[in-house]
Order: sequence, then C-alpha cells, then structure tokens
Amino acid sequence: MLILFLLLFPLLGAALLGAWRGANPRVAGWMSVLWSAVPILALKAAALGYDPGVPLAQWHLAWMPMAGMDLRFEADGLSLVFLMLTAFVTPFALAVAARVGNGGRAFGALALILQAMLFGVFTARHFIPWFLCWELTLIPAWLLIRLWGGPGAPKAGARFFIVTLAGSIAMLIGFLAIQLVAGTMDFDALADMAKDGQLAEAFSESPGGSMALLWVAAGIFLGLAVKVPLVPLHAWLPGAYAEAPSPVTMLLTGLLSKMGVYGFLRIMLPVFPDFLHDRAPWLGGLALVTIVYGALAALAATDLKRILAYSSVNHLGYCMLALFTAAVPGAGESAISAAISGAVLQAFNHGVIASTLFAGVAFLEARSGGLRNLNDFGGIRSRTPVLCGLMGIALFASLGLPGLAGFPGEFLIFLGVFGIRPVFAAIAALGLLFTAVFVVRLVKQVFNGPLTPAHAAIRDLDNGERAILAPAVLVIIAIGVLPQIVLHWSNPWTVWITDFLQLIP
Amino acid sequence: MADALPILLWLVPLLPFAAAGILAFLPDAAGRRAAPLAIGAIAASCVCAFLVFGTTLGGGHEAVAHRAFNFPWFTFGEVPLQLGLLLDPLGAAMAAMVTFVSAWIFVYSIGYMETDRRFGRFFGFLSLFAGAMLLLVLSNSLLLLFIAWELVGLASYLLIGFYFDKPAAAAAAQKAFITTRIGDLAFLLGMLWLYSDAGTLLFYDNGAGLLESDALASLAGITTGGGLAVSAAASLLLLVGAMGKSGQVPLHVWLPDAMEGPTPVSALIHAATMVAAGVFLVARMHPLFSVGAAPDEVAPALAATAWVGAATALFAAIVAVGQNDIKRILAYSTISQLGFMMVALGTGGMGAGMFHLIAHAFFKALLFLSAGSVIHGCRGEQDIRRMGGLVKEMPWTFLTYATGMMALAGFPFVFSGFWSKEAVLHSAEQWPGGHGPFLLAVAAALLTAFYMTRQALLVFFGRARKPGVLHPHESPASMLTPMFVLAAGTILLVVVGTPAWPWLESYLAGHPASLDFGALIRPESLKLIALSLALVTTGVGLGWKVFQREDSDSTLPDPIEHRTPGLWKALGAALYFDAFNNAVVIRLCALCGALAAALERFFFLPLLALGESLGAAFARITGEADHRALNRGFNGVCDALRSGASATSRRQSGRPQTYLRAIGIGMAALVFLYLWISW
Repeated sequence: MLILFLLLFPLLGAALLGAWRGANPRVAGWMSVLWSAVPILALKAAALGYDPGVPLAQWHLAWMPMAGMDLRFEADGLSLVFLMLTAFVTPFALAVAARVGNGGRAFGALALILQAMLFGVFTARHFIPWFLCWELTLIPAWLLIRLWGGPGAPKAGARFFIVTLAGSIAMLIGFLAIQLVAGTMDFDALADMAKDGQLAEAFSESPGGSMALLWVAAGIFLGLAVKVPLVPLHAWLPGAYAEAPSPVTMLLTGLLSKMGVYGFLRIMLPVFPDFLHDRAPWLGGLALVTIVYGALAALAATDLKRILAYSSVNHLGYCMLALFTAAVPGAGESAISAAISGAVLQAFNHGVIASTLFAGVAFLEARSGGLRNLNDFGGIRSRTPVLCGLMGIALFASLGLPGLAGFPGEFLIFLGVFGIRPVFAAIAALGLLFTAVFVVRLVKQVFNGPLTPAHAAIRDLDNGERAILAPAVLVIIAIGVLPQIVLHWSNPWTVWITDFLQLIP
Repeated sequence: MADALPILLWLVPLLPFAAAGILAFLPDAAGRRAAPLAIGAIAASCVCAFLVFGTTLGGGHEAVAHRAFNFPWFTFGEVPLQLGLLLDPLGAAMAAMVTFVSAWIFVYSIGYMETDRRFGRFFGFLSLFAGAMLLLVLSNSLLLLFIAWELVGLASYLLIGFYFDKPAAAAAAQKAFITTRIGDLAFLLGMLWLYSDAGTLLFYDNGAGLLESDALASLAGITTGGGLAVSAAASLLLLVGAMGKSGQVPLHVWLPDAMEGPTPVSALIHAATMVAAGVFLVARMHPLFSVGAAPDEVAPALAATAWVGAATALFAAIVAVGQNDIKRILAYSTISQLGFMMVALGTGGMGAGMFHLIAHAFFKALLFLSAGSVIHGCRGEQDIRRMGGLVKEMPWTFLTYATGMMALAGFPFVFSGFWSKEAVLHSAEQWPGGHGPFLLAVAAALLTAFYMTRQALLVFFGRARKPGVLHPHESPASMLTPMFVLAAGTILLVVVGTPAWPWLESYLAGHPASLDFGALIRPESLKLIALSLALVTTGVGLGWKVFQREDSDSTLPDPIEHRTPGLWKALGAALYFDAFNNAVVIRLCALCGALAAALERFFFLPLLALGESLGAAFARITGEADHRALNRGFNGVCDALRSGASATSRRQSGRPQTYLRAIGIGMAALVFLYLWISW
C-alpha cells in the first residue's frame, strides 16, 4: 500500500492542481507544499515499524509476463533513505518557490509529478518501471527549468534533457540486451545471477560473447554517471543549475543527482560488480578527478549558484570514490561497510545541505533584485544576521565541520577509502582543503567586510522564511550529532552489499 | 561519588556548550543577560572540573589512572564506532586550568566588551570556544578529540573575525581557518591510518585501546614506506596537525594575525584554548609518538617534534624583537613558547612540557589582559613606540603586566615561568638525540628576556610619546580583578613545579611526589639554574642597554633599525613567510582554480558541444535509415510511426520533445519486435 500511496498520492495532487482552474497562485503554491509533505508522515509511520529483516513495502503487478515485464516495486532500508530525502526536499523547494514567487498551480503540479516519479525510481526493482520513472522525471524537470528559468534556461534545459537522454538510451539498450541474454530485467534476479557468475556465463554463450557484457555494463555506467555527474560528463550541470530558478535547482541537486548515486548503489554494484572490480583504479581516479576538479572549479567561479553547482560535483565525487573503492578486489569488511555507509549518508546529507544552500541563495536573490555574484555583496551580515547564521551552518556543514551533517558521511567515506586505497584518501583530502577555501571565501565576500552601500537596506529573513529554513537546519544538526538516524535505515542493506562484494572473487 | 563521576565529567564541557546554545537564540538586543549566563556556566563547569580533578589526586595504579567512559556513536554495517570521555591526570589538569583561566577571561570581557553592540553574541562564541576545548581535553577517542578540535577551530574563526566588518579581521579569520585546516587534514589522515591498522580510535578501552600496549606494539610492528613504523608515520601526521593548531613553523602564519579579534579572545586563544590544543595532542598521543624506540634511542616522531619546536622557539623569538604592535610581540612570544613546549615533549619531558603549558596559560593570559588594559587605557593605541611612561598612569596594570613579563622572561625563583623553562631546558639537555634543540632553546630563552625588556621599557618607562591630548586611564575593577587572580596564579604555580617538589610531573606520571629540597642543589639542577639565571640577566641587561630611552619622540627609529635597517625590515616582515605565501601559495591556488575554469571553458564545454553535434548527426543518419526501412517494410501500416521518425530526421533542432517521441516510438517498436519473436 505504501508504494501505491507514494506513486499515486502526489499524482493525485498534481491532477487536482491541474483541474483547479482559477486558483489563487499563492493558495495553490502552499497547497502543493502541504500535499508534497504528506509522504513524510507516511514514510515516518512505515519507518517506525521498520524491521530490517523484511522489506518495508512491496507491490507487484505482472504486467506482461511473457515479455518478462514486471511492475515490481519494493522499498527497503536503502530506498527509505532516498524516499525520505525526496519527501523532505520537495516540500522544502516548493515552500521556497511559493515564498520567492515561482510557485503556483503549474509549478506545484510539475513538482508533484516529479516527486511521484522519484518515489518510483527509488522503489522500482525491475528495469521497466524503474526506467519509466527515470525518464518521466525528465519532463517535469525540463519544463520547470525552461518555464521559470533565467535567460539561458532554454539552452541549458535542452542540454540537461538531451545529455540525460543520451545516457538513458545507453542504459535502455544495455538492459534490452540483458533481457535477451539473461531472460530477466529484475534487479534482484540479476544480482543473484551476477553473484554466482551466471550472468557472465550467459553472455559468454550469447552471440555477442563476453565483450557484450562489458559494453552493456559500460552503457549503464554511462547513463548513471551522466546523472551524478562524474567528470568529464558534468559539463551540462553548471549551466542547468545556474539557469534554473533556485527552487528548481534545489530539486535538481537535492534529488535528481541522487538518482544517479542510487542507481550505482542499486544496480551497478550488485549487477555489475566485476565491471567495477576490474576497473577499480581507473574509476577511483575518475572520482578523484571529479572531487579535485569540482572543488577547483568552485574556487574559480564567482556566480554563487555556479560555485554551489561545482561544489555539488565535488561532494558527489566523494560518494563515487567510496563506491568505486568499495569494489576494489580484496577489500576488508569494515572498510567496505564504512565506504558504502558513507556514500549513502553523504548522498542524503548532500541533498539536504545543498538544497538549503540554494534556498539561501533564492532568498538572497529575492532581496537583491536577482544579484548573486560573489562580488555583488559584502558585509550584509550586519543587516542579515539570521540569514547569515543559517547559511553559515549549511556552508560549514558542506565543508564537513563536525557536529553538522556533512562530517559523519565524509568521515565514513575517508575511513573506508583509506582502509582500501590510502593514496586515494590522501588525494581526496585535497578536495576537502579547496572546499574549505571556497566556503570561507564565500562567507568573507558575501557576509563579512564593510557593508556595501547598495545593500544598506537589505532586510533579514522574516518569520516565514525562517520557518522554511529551520527544518532543514535542524536536520543538518541532528544528523551531525546522531548520524544513526539515517544509518539505522541503511545498515541492513549495507551488511548485505558488504557480504555480496566480499563474495565476488 | 562513583556514579556521579561520569555526570560531573560530562557537565564540564556540556555546561559551556549549553550556554552557547541558549545564547545562539538570544537576539543581539538582549545581550546584557548573556554575561551572567555564560560566566555562570563556565564557573559551574570549573567547579565540576576541580571536583573531577580532585578524584584523580592521590596517584594510583594504571587501571584507576585512566578511567574511560565509552559509548557507541553509530554503527556502520555491523561495525560499531565508539566515542568516550576519559578521566586521567593529564586531561583533568588541563580541564581545571582551562575552566579556571577561561572563567577569569570571561569576567574580564564584561568590562572590555561593555560597549559592543554584539555583546551577547560574543559571550556565546566564547562559551562555544571553552566548551569545545574542554571536550577536547577530556576526550577518550581520537575521533572525538578531532571533532572538538574542529569546533575549537570554528569558534576561533568566529571570534577572530568577530569584528567582521573590519576587512583585516575578516581576512585574519579566513587565514586562521585555512592554515589550521591544512594541519587538520594531516591529522585526519593520521587518524584514518591508525583506525585502519588498529581498528579503534579509543585511547583507553580495557586493554583494547589505541594507547594501550597491544595496539601500540602492533602499530610499531608494521612498517611502511621508508622503513617507518605505522606508529611513527601516523604520529608525524598528527604532529603536522598539532603544528597547525599550535602555530609551529611554517604553519604559524595565522597566529600573529589572530590578534585582530578582541583582546579577551587573544588571551583565550593564546592561553587556555586553541594553541594549547596542539601541544595537548602531542602530550595525549605521547605513548604513540614514543613507541618502538629502545630506551636510548630516539623515536623519529619525537625527534621531529623536538626539532620543530626548537626551530619555532628561536624563529619566533627573533621575529618578536622587531615588532612594534604590543599584541603582535606577545603573539610571537606565544609561538616561541609553544616551541619550548614542543621541545620538552619531543625530548621526553612530559611533565616539563605540561608544566610550561599550564604556567604559560596563566602568564600569557595575564599579559594579554594587561595589554588589553593598556590598549583600553590608551583608547585603542597598540603601537608601543607611541606609548611610554604608563607606569605612572596605570600602576595596577603595570604590576600585573610586570608579573607576566617576568614570568615569560624567566625571572628567577618566584615566577612559575622560570621553573617551567628551567624544566624544559633540563629535558632538552638530557636528550640523547643531540644538543641541537637544547642550544636553539637556550638562544630563544635569551632573546625572550631581551624582547620582553624592550616591550616593558617602551610601554611603561621613559616619557610618554603618545601625541595628542588623550590621557591614559586605569581600567575598571572588573578588568583588574581577573588580572590580579591570574598574577597570583602565575606565582603560586611555582609551588607545584620546582625540582624540590615536582608535584605536577609526578601527578601526570601517576605516582606520588616527594618533598626533597636536596634536589635543588644537586649539580645538574644547579648547573641549569645558573644557566637560566645567566640567560635572563644577559637578556634583560642587553635589552635595557639597547632600548632604554628618555625622549618623547615617537618617530625615532628603533636602535636596531638605526644600526641595521635591512635586518629590521626583515624582522618587521616576520622573515617574509607571509610575503612568500602571498606570492607563491595563494597565487598557486588561484592558478589551479583558473586552470580548472579554463579547462571547463575550452575543453569540457566544447566536448559537450561536440557530443551534441555528433549525436545530432547520428540521429540524422539513423533517422534516414529508419525512414527508408519503414517505407519498405511497413508501408501503409505505420503511417504514424513513419511521420514520427521522419519528423525526427528532419527536425534536428535539439528540441527534447522530438527526441522523447523518438525514444518512445523506438521503445515500442523494440518491445513489439521482441514479443513477436519470443511468442
């Protein structure tokens, strides 16, 4: 029931909003906020009775059995982490949108469709429903960028759409090949086949031979890597994040980038462990480049949204590093567990932290007439102590300050990576340093220093805006102090994947 | 008592944290109420700290000496990660010192920050600072220590940049954060290394802890690159972390700038919190630093500590001679004294190093508070060339300042600084690793007396050189009281640290101290006491001879400047470390950023564009092919399909809806094909 509720409830909201002609945009906007927040309660209720041994929820419809097409959905602890994130960030972004004037009927409806499709992505266990949801996130996201974005939005939006689509095509072809060879597109069935080598065997007997499996894995890798993104597949991202309206950027970085991470965890690791195994040094190197390059590019950027966009590239680079390092042959149990737990935690934390940061930028833009360059401000802390304080918490969380959410995730990632490939950890530490540099520089340029005369009358957050940011900041602090809140959900899956990876010869 | 102990121990850091948390929600306007809250919290914390300190008295055996209170923080996979608090002599002594000195600095701040608009915020940050430092010294886990370490860094960042609208303060805060962050990353790597080879980060855990014999032996047994044991390599990384926090060369550059914060913050940073953290880390990890070396051998990590400390002690003492800002001189003297502490720890003198740390905390806090009183009295003037003759206007401040100054310079017998420095030199002299650190430390001690004499002469003696009509005034009682208390502490600490009754050293080592006045007149003690006397006499005498003056002209060049302008310029520029960093390190960092930006613009974006046009070309070709195939194969049947496909082929506009339709149709076709084949 939970699954159907998650899939249909937001869609119902979207339909209602669509049918509600002549609604006051403000009322419609706030209704969409409330509507999209309801799944938090449903998920919380489900999580309360969460027994690690059994799935949280499942739903199954044999759609076209002769074609091996199953609408199979199942939520486990790993799903729960991402579902919670989706349930949290969507209303957060909608509230910011309603506040800064983007909100309304169409905006709310599109965001709700996006939410439903994301719920689908994070629960589907069969390629067909998973891929349908994956693709269907694109249309609302693209429309949101295109219709509410800045002057460069049409081009940036098209880029975002096409590049993701190109990746999707690679995945689609890959999975069709898998269906033809292995006779199933069910993720769990494929993981079982991968575990005892049947998948490789099936491919070596197929006309394509073993090389075909490599190509298939590479195609799926590509589709996921574009979404995260990994350098050099990131070039679409800064433009899309910068040109999208800030509330939409919150959705893009908070949720859509997590689809990629989730795909790596749910599909790449269990189904293609050999692919990751064999290329671990190269992939690790790619993740390192992503980390260091993302941080350096953030250092060089001056548009606040571009800085944060590159910082997202950098932060998700740590997730990828952990994932790829966990697949190194012969890695120890506690190191794999640490790396995987770190990647999951980091994905969740980044979703919350990055969306908070973009929310802060949205509020900043709203009161400066759209200004958002590093050098447009200066000294506004004396006028906006609360905005500065809340943004400061999110910024320091993103540089990994202990006590805030960013730290436990990054610490676990480094713990795992160091236990497997110490040199990788040492190089990745450079990313931490550069992140610190651009974060404190941002604080110095925007908030500290003498007050810029142009912003002498800038006003601080009002109560409504404080109420919008407060839950996110509370989550950031709560997870920083008690990361077990999230790890408690993902641990059973972590144990499973750790055992799984250790069995791969 | 046994049950109350963990609660008391927890209260020590949590009370200031709680005060900081409450103050964070107080608006600036409600600031006045902040002081009683913050001071009440730190005072209560101080009482708790002394109570737990009391339970560690009386020595005892190993099991009682390290009482650990561990708890699980989180579990990843099936692996639990534990943190904990530790009650042992080292941490308890530090906690007692930190709470005591901090409490008086808090009291002093009431008067000093009286007129500040953000009075409440200030006390909130101070409380955070103290709480983090207390958590650091009481931590039983390297990870918890690291967490507290970073929070100390955050608090110092907030406080150094407290006057954030001053560009210099904003820049100093940024510099402090980033410079110490470099050290922090080395610390992080060292910690990861220890975890990956020892499997725990707890210090003491019933025999399974990092600092207990099993783990130490195994860490010393694994060799890594360069023939270094893991214990030594990780220790060296931790040392780099300590160098960042404790301002050791070359990571000292942030400390002189840190005085951009309000003076009570300088006192806190230089005495009780922040810089003490690095020295404390080395002291806490001493078992790890020293493991693996035979009794007469020198452990590599300790040798590095000794040499780094000695070089820093001398370097900062040299630079201090050429500074004109009253707080900047003190800042360099802090760096130099931290070097002494490192020398002591590196040469095996745990007791000496900790004694010097605690004594220094008292007299340096005293010196900063006195300097703050001077600045307060001179209405913001900080240049000692424009002071002079203040002994008449500010007699009480002079008295307390003189106490601190004589302790720092090492005036004999009644000042704790004399005995602690003597202990440091003693430890360095006994070191089997060579005489280098000892000789450097001796030179630094001589210079210390020299530059402190200069400062005292220029500030308090001679004639007033301050132009204008502003008359210096003595500070209010709320500022003077803490100064008297710390002055008394500076002198009273003598009791626990002389060779006659080396109580502190025995206490830290966990055995009872015995009173033995004979120790004072043993040849090796006498030799060093004589040396210390000679150093301070020479230093003060030279200083007096060179800097004594009776004019009232604030523009006259310094005597050293007069004789060797080149040397003076180099000293004024702190031997060009900042200049080097600005010219090379910061530029290199900017260059990397620019390189990334160029790569983005001239490589990745064109790559994306190329990919897009290749994709468009490919679509055109396949579209054309589809068009023909469909024409031939399903002519008439698939009109809709055909028009869709041909639309794709004609309109290569990059419009996503076109691509989407193509994908949908293609997918449908494939599914259909597959069903057809497999039926």
